[in-house]
Amino acid sequence: MTALSAAFTVLSYCAAGVFFGGLLFQLWGYATTPSPLKIPVTPHPTTAAGVVKKNIIALATFGSLFKGNRWTWIGGYAFHVILIFVFVRHLRLFINPVPPLLAEIQPVALLGAMLLPLPLIYLWVRRKAVDRYDYISSPADHFALALLLLIGLTGLALKFVAHSDVVRIKEFLLGLVMLSPVEIPAHPVFLCHFSLVLILAIFFPFSKLLHAGGVFFTPTRVQVDNPRESRHINPWGN
Amino acid sequence: MAKTDFEIPKLEHPVKIPAIMEGASSHLSIHPANEQMKTKLGFPEKRVDNWQETAIAKLGELKDKYRSLKIFLDVCVKCGSCADKCHYFLGTGDPNNMPVARQELMRKVYRKNFTIGGKLFGSLARAEDLTEEVLKEWVTYFHQCSQCRRCSVFCPFGIDTAEITMAAREIMDSIGVGHKYSLEIIGKVHDTGNNLGIPKPALTSTLEFLEEDVKETTGADVKFPLDVEGAEVLMVVPSADFFSSPHVDSLVGYAKVFHAAGVSFTFSSHASEFANFGMFVGNYAQMQKIAGRIVQAAHDLKVKRIVVGECGHAWRVAYSFWNTLVGPFDFLDQAHPAPQHICEFTNGLIKRGALKLDKSANDEFTVTFHDSCNVARASRMGDTPGGQFEIPREILKATCNKYVEMPEEVNRERTFCCGGGGGLLTDELMELRVKGAAPKAAALKEMMDEKGVNVMAMICAICKAQFTKVLPYYDIPMETVGGVHQFVSNAIQLGDK
Ligand code: SF4
Ligand code: SF4
Repeated sequence: MTALSAAFTVLSYCAAGVFFGGLLFQLWGYATTPSPLKIPVTPHPTTAAGVVKKNIIALATFGSLFKGNRWTWIGGYAFHVILIFVFVRHLRLFINPVPPLLAEIQPVALLGAMLLPLPLIYLWVRRKAVDRYDYISSPADHFALALLLLIGLTGLALKFVAHSDVVRIKEFLLGLVMLSPVEIPAHPVFLCHFSLVLILAIFFPFSKLLHAGGVFFTPTRVQVDNPRESRHINPWGN
Repeated sequence: MAKTDFEIPKLEHPVKIPAIMEGASSHLSIHPANEQMKTKLGFPEKRVDNWQETAIAKLGELKDKYRSLKIFLDVCVKCGSCADKCHYFLGTGDPNNMPVARQELMRKVYRKNFTIGGKLFGSLARAEDLTEEVLKEWVTYFHQCSQCRRCSVFCPFGIDTAEITMAAREIMDSIGVGHKYSLEIIGKVHDTGNNLGIPKPALTSTLEFLEEDVKETTGADVKFPLDVEGAEVLMVVPSADFFSSPHVDSLVGYAKVFHAAGVSFTFSSHASEFANFGMFVGNYAQMQKIAGRIVQAAHDLKVKRIVVGECGHAWRVAYSFWNTLVGPFDFLDQAHPAPQHICEFTNGLIKRGALKLDKSANDEFTVTFHDSCNVARASRMGDTPGGQFEIPREILKATCNKYVEMPEEVNRERTFCCGGGGGLLTDELMELRVKGAAPKAAALKEMMDEKGVNVMAMICAICKAQFTKVLPYYDIPMETVGGVHQFVSNAIQLGDK
């Protein structure tokens, strides 16, 4: 194995370790931190089923953001929908053989995934252009946008500009997943794309991107509004 | 219009989002608590020598005790959805009054001390030490949040700035930096049973006076009993209901409803107050102790039910927290919710046809309803979500011929705070209170001009006190403020029982 392949293989496993380990650590922290009091923001469902339903709708629509600001909602919603396309687009590189359904929807997925830079650029411009958003933005916020945008652009370049050998990329990725690493394709754009993804994986669990997991634990949204009907116990109370 | 040394916002509905003006409300700060107030509640009498370490340790403790705090400090994506939703930002234009920026005041200290990014990258990750400067920001801007939860409604993750404000105040108290207003009041409630510091003899004579007054005006023997053992209901109210206007008109309404229903009730001198400022300062032990007095009174007076009066934050504490703090309530009559809101009680009677109401008694009024934050966004009434909106409205519609709704974008779950909640109902913050009231006052003004509204009814003692004080700054008479049970009181026909 070349030194390049060896380095990327080690880095890949490190990044995966940080990503999954970090995510697990953070979410475990949320799950095990007590909620001393009932604090749902009302009006709110009075049954567990109602709460599940409300949150599924919230996840599917980003309703609170919609209520808050339509223009941000358009960008944010589009971005997250496109992420699903991107996911579908990349799934085929990790599964062998590719299931027929997954193969069939690839053209649609590609069409969606191609749009990734648009909402990112839109949100970034908005962040700079509106005085309130500019005020609250930190280098970390710009970094997250830059990283995602670069990943998107290098990804698109791989497809449309500097064409790469997708079969070899798939062999490499499958090798990593199957724990029998093979040589990495030494295609410069692919190496860029892949490195950026590794950086994202390391950044993710320790940044605001953690919202993707935290949202499932937010007491104001996931508690049931039934404090009189059923006594909520504070684990550290008396 | 009252004389002021600050500019009074022009009322515009819908409210305009101001351009940010850094430091616009940085001069508005609180009066610090004195040593005696602090030691009485077990807080350090002076700022402790190692205040930074102590504060950081407290922050660490709180984030491990409150999942809300831990998650909220991590997951904000700075989308800005909440940024223009706070009445204090809308009223002052100070960027630190944007909910997300208020949170950032704590988050930057959290990052510096508890996150990998903050430790590695420092200011690049917007991580900062808790310096003298930052503490000053905390004191200032965590006392420019009324814990109204409006921002949370618009946050994709339900981040509730109130949770962060409460934690910040708890941290500040723990290093000996406290707010005079809240700590003084908590001291009084322990000494006298109520926030106003009313001693029992004064309470007795007030209640006697009310009895005579109602007898004179209605001819009915409506009772205002105090410390009567064996009464069916323990009635706990915000103590302003005994002395302030228009609060007292609602108190008379409660008593008339009990009279008409033939249900015996009593106030308690041990727990004449239902407000709980323990919540405002984020102190669990105080909140529990203050709530505990009421349960003690219920035991002592051997009542079967607890009904509470018109107060927003206190209803939140009672409805959402009592069962956890001082429950279970299995010693009470299980046929009724414990605690029960007076609006639930009254509306139940109205629905059963048990009250005789003459709506024409309120014909001089065109009434609208202001949803108080803590009732709207932190509690419920009745069995179904949103009952907290419907029940008081049903009462108003049953007692008034002329009722009109305020626009939904400033009411119900999106209601704007009166500007005086969360422990900010104090004179030194008058400028903030006036400016923070602007969005709601603008909507009211429009209702007055367009729909002929002349009263805004509400069920919160703080809202009532705040609006009677600040609406005159906008040339709206203080008489525009009313309590829901005041209209019940006007309309109810007592016969000659
Ligand atoms: S809780 Fe209310 S007062 Fe506090 S930041 Fe949010 S909107 Fe403003
Ligand atoms: S709405 Fe929520 S996530 Fe967005 S900036 Fe405000 S607190 Fe942060």
